[in-house]
Amino acid sequence: MARLIRMDHTGHTELAQWTADDPAAVEAAVEAFRRELDRGYFAMVSTGEGHAEQVHELPVDAGLVIMRLPISGG
Amino acid sequence: MSCRWTPVWSSCGCLSRVAEGAAAATPPPPAHVLPETAAVYWRPRMDVARLRRAAAAWTATTFAHVVPFVGVGLLLFALEPLAFPVTIIAFAHAWLIPELYAQRGANVVRKRPTRAPQRAEATALGLLGDLVGHEARDLYTRTGLVIERGRLGVWLVGETGALLVRGGLGGGGRVHCFCVRVNQPDLPSADRTSHLLLALRADEQGFATVANHSFSGARWRVRRRLRRPMRPALDAAGRAARARTVISQS
Repeated sequence: MARLIRMDHTGHTELAQWTADDPAAVEAAVEAFRRELDRGYFAMVSTGEGHAEQVHELPVDAGLVIMRLPISGG
Repeated sequence: MSCRWTPVWSSCGCLSRVAEGAAAATPPPPAHVLPETAAVYWRPRMDVARLRRAAAAWTATTFAHVVPFVGVGLLLFALEPLAFPVTIIAFAHAWLIPELYAQRGANVVRKRPTRAPQRAEATALGLLGDLVGHEARDLYTRTGLVIERGRLGVWLVGETGALLVRGGLGGGGRVHCFCVRVNQPDLPSADRTSHLLLALRADEQGFATVANHSFSGARWRVRRRLRRPMRPALDAAGRAARARTVISQS
């Protein structure tokens, strides 16, 4: 079961769960994904140890998609 | 001494019209480049050569502060031994100013009081634990810093900044201190670290470009300004960086 989560004040919030063979769940996950992008979040997917990639479309085959906020110099 | 806040990620009119025009004219970054770098378009992308230049500049700055004060102190004492109080004051300046710079560097990973409830912290810690391996998780639990090996060096990521440790043989090594954070005050501490960690993993050079370079100096200088519980993390990063140096030179 793949998960879409957003890092927020609660630690993290699970926004959607889906499996690739469940079109309705995928649809709901895509909607949630786009909503978070519109709110200014960036979507990240781990691509191996020590590597991550920003994605602009929901990768349906990914196990975990994490929404993060922008960073800036402090 | 704390890091200066640079409100770069904002559309609140902080930029001048000229800067806004230049930003608008800048093409969007390629997919693998951290999107936040667009907000600091005037900064050249950080790389090894720029890190070396920054390190040399910080060393020169330290000498420029130490040598004149020591020289004046010695000269005064040679001319008039009774002026030794002035000599002591000059020596104190020569010691204090570099220490303040090192303190500024160490402050980038200083732990801030959290507003998040305990439960949120535990949840965030679980996610961070999923992102890193056993070694990094254990180190984070003990020190509050996540160790991450990159191409520029070995990183220690905290909630409001990161230390980049670059190798040096014979127990040396240099630390670059970067002030960088996510601007959401109510996030749990571990979540702040996870934000920085994911950005670092996506684009290490972009991460170092977005971050404010607060200080660069010898590892021992930063180590003694760090809070005691954090020092083992810097020691571990130093060992990892030294091992990389040995491997790359053999």
